[in-house]
Amino acid sequence: MTYPSLIAETVSFRGHKGDQGEAYSARPTRAGKFPGVVVIHHMPGWDEWITEVVRKFAHHGFAAISPHLYFRDGPGNPDDVGARVRAAGGVPDEQVVGDVAGAMALLRAQPSHNGKIGTIGFCSGGRHAYLCGCRIPDLDAVVDCWGGNVVVDDKSQLNAKRPVAPIDLTEQLRAPLLGIFGNDDQNPNADQVNRTEATLKRLGKTYEFHRYDGAGHAFFNTSRPAHRPEQAADGWEKVFAFLRKHLAA
Amino acid sequence: MCSYIVEKARLSGSAKGASGWMRIDTANVYFDHPYHAPFDHALGIDFVCEADGARERVAVEISAQSARELVKSILAALASGEQAHAQAAE
Repeated sequence: MTYPSLIAETVSFRGHKGDQGEAYSARPTRAGKFPGVVVIHHMPGWDEWITEVVRKFAHHGFAAISPHLYFRDGPGNPDDVGARVRAAGGVPDEQVVGDVAGAMALLRAQPSHNGKIGTIGFCSGGRHAYLCGCRIPDLDAVVDCWGGNVVVDDKSQLNAKRPVAPIDLTEQLRAPLLGIFGNDDQNPNADQVNRTEATLKRLGKTYEFHRYDGAGHAFFNTSRPAHRPEQAADGWEKVFAFLRKHLAA
Repeated sequence: MCSYIVEKARLSGSAKGASGWMRIDTANVYFDHPYHAPFDHALGIDFVCEADGARERVAVEISAQSARELVKSILAALASGEQAHAQAAE
């Protein structure tokens, strides 16, 4: 056998309100049509691990792109830019939705695009993925990996940047949703995951939830002690199976 | 979890970063996923100068236990140092 070749590069894209930013993109180089995946990074920023995730998707036959959601606060190293955004209380939900839609447009413009696009996000990016699933009608699949604050129990956490708890937008969710969670996680905790599932069920949404014992937050992340190899391997299999099913042309 | 919670400590002083010394007026303090330190969560401190736009920072990411030890060390250094200087002034 041979490993599939891929190309990975930093590209320019048009985000919310047409703002020009940068994104990390990877896709297979072989001939064919490939589904697209928008990969949403976590709160600390556009880090090296998220670029590994983008390449992983390309390795598995997807055209993936991770928009740098903090590009407006650059230039600078992504960690420094992330620190600026943290100090400012994060980025507005509306802007994230616009940036993800912009990244989707770039995927659609690729000649090898198969016409289907999903999104996956981790941590705060998981919340963003859920949000985008509710706000972007032409998404074909959504993967929420341990997104915290989808359910907001303390309403004082809502503000101008994050005015609505994503759970309250679930009625608008059109794409199938995959949720991956660690049972030891505190945000989202098991009760919040259960309530999210109950809402999806009540509203008749198409979803799959997978909960893992012996895992907490961010257990896919190979650069952290939270990494749980066995659970992560199974979780990745669930992610790829879900996206292949729902993003097939 | 990814947290947006940041404690802002107003302060006065200087810090030395990648481009040399700079004045600082704020420490952004948080406990969340680090960018570099190999922990699930770390106490992060970004020393910045908001008056100058906070474009540069001097950053640390340390374990929770390290942070608590650092607090003790800061207080101990202040106590012994201030006492020594007070005695010298007498």
